[in-house]
Amino acid sequence: MPALTYLIVLMVVPLTLVIAYAFLTAGRFGGVQGPVTLDNIGRLFEPLYLGILVSSVVNAGLATFFAFLIGFPAALAITRLPATWQTAALVAVVLPFWTNFLIRTYAWIILLNREGILSDALGLVGLGPVDFLYTRQAVILGLTYAYIPLMVLPIYASLQRLDPTLLEAARNLGAGPWRRFRTILLPLTLPGIITGCLFVFIPSLGNFVIPELLGGGNSQMIGNLVRDQFLKSRDWPFGSALALMVLALLVVIVMFQASASRRTRRWGA
Amino acid sequence: MSKAISALPLWILYAFLYIPILVVVVMSFNASDSAYLWTGFSLEWYPALLQDADIMGGLRTTLIVAIGTTIISVVLGTLLALALERYFPSRFLDAAAAAPAVMPDIMLAIGLLAFYTLVGFTLGPVSVILAHSVFGIAFVAAVVRVRLSSLDPSLEEASRDLGASSIKTFWSITLPGIRPAVLAGALLAFTLSLDEFTVAFFTASPAEPTLPIVIYSSVRFGVSPQVNALATLLLLVSFVAVLLAQRTARLSDSLRGSRS
Repeated sequence: MPALTYLIVLMVVPLTLVIAYAFLTAGRFGGVQGPVTLDNIGRLFEPLYLGILVSSVVNAGLATFFAFLIGFPAALAITRLPATWQTAALVAVVLPFWTNFLIRTYAWIILLNREGILSDALGLVGLGPVDFLYTRQAVILGLTYAYIPLMVLPIYASLQRLDPTLLEAARNLGAGPWRRFRTILLPLTLPGIITGCLFVFIPSLGNFVIPELLGGGNSQMIGNLVRDQFLKSRDWPFGSALALMVLALLVVIVMFQASASRRTRRWGA
Repeated sequence: MSKAISALPLWILYAFLYIPILVVVVMSFNASDSAYLWTGFSLEWYPALLQDADIMGGLRTTLIVAIGTTIISVVLGTLLALALERYFPSRFLDAAAAAPAVMPDIMLAIGLLAFYTLVGFTLGPVSVILAHSVFGIAFVAAVVRVRLSSLDPSLEEASRDLGASSIKTFWSITLPGIRPAVLAGALLAFTLSLDEFTVAFFTASPAEPTLPIVIYSSVRFGVSPQVNALATLLLLVSFVAVLLAQRTARLSDSLRGSRS
């Protein structure tokens, strides 16, 4: 199994190293050395780092929420297209995801800058100029933009499996749009929604480029801390501890997701 | 509800997705060297790319890395798909094969940097190729698996029963059946590597940065029309590669399959 060996050496071993380094001491010239210690884990609970962790989770969470808000109705709209158009419509959603994500982030610098297009447009109606760039809102916008295709795909997949007669029956029995959404669409597509949310939340949480390019100095996220510990301060053990915290958080969320999808399956049966 | 209104949410999503991309493309033809103010049409920024030593160096490294990644990913990804689909189906292996696609890329990036440092592996194009192939293998395996699962295994069994070796069976029965998926996987691995930033940023040598790293360094200090031109060309390459992949293997189906 050459492929498996490859993944063990270049994925499992590196991730194990990160976990192990979190419990070691920083070497004087970078790298790691003994003794084994819990100091790095302890430092995670300093208010500075805890604050950045919380705001990272909030940013990633809001980006996920907005991606759902735009992505769900769009996915629903795709399922209502004629069958021959659905694939093309879906490809058009995924296409930007496969392009360079630095470029897509950079596009927002042009749009959001004080001399940029959005500010000019608002200036014409007397609301500008406005500084959108280098704000927390810009970071959340950038994260939503970067990962929204990953929200649409799984939601579309579970909407497609939905029996359309259920919605028709509900409509005939007098249920309004909100009620149909709440009692049929939402519960029956929940597994797809949760998968989509994870696909947006997970990469958002570790991203360091969008906070740096769109958020400026005040909107650091946990990814920026990890990057700085590894490439600037050269404190690899603490950088590993930060990464470990992200990993632990994700494991908790994925376990929660697994139990939630088990529960929905029981409802469905 | 009329058709036009029910499709409105989709148009909103498309506007959101494509307007920023369109702005970059339009501004790459701007005559002024301001990245924000449109002053007139010009093609001057495209030939200027060829004069930029950093960009040309980045392009060279990126092409080496993307080609190397494609080769490793296609060979090992196809083998992995075969193993998972035909020989050792296991949920644990499924998870391991999907992990690179769902993990925050920075985790793999720091892990690989730590690993390369520990074993004394010199950073350069090869270290980036090995790193990108971790993702590439996962994507190729996902695309090829969907195709394999729709292929009738009794053909392969018949070939073996008639005395063909496993290798002969693979070359004359299995491979022709999965060729479109392998090709699509190759195009995806290539695009993935071409555009990948985070892992390359941690595993490339500072002396030989890939193109996305060159873009990152220049964007950090502000926008320039030249970057717009470069971005436009890169967008074009990715669009063409993904659309080709879609045509060869009905990519959206395999994405739907692998992610549901």
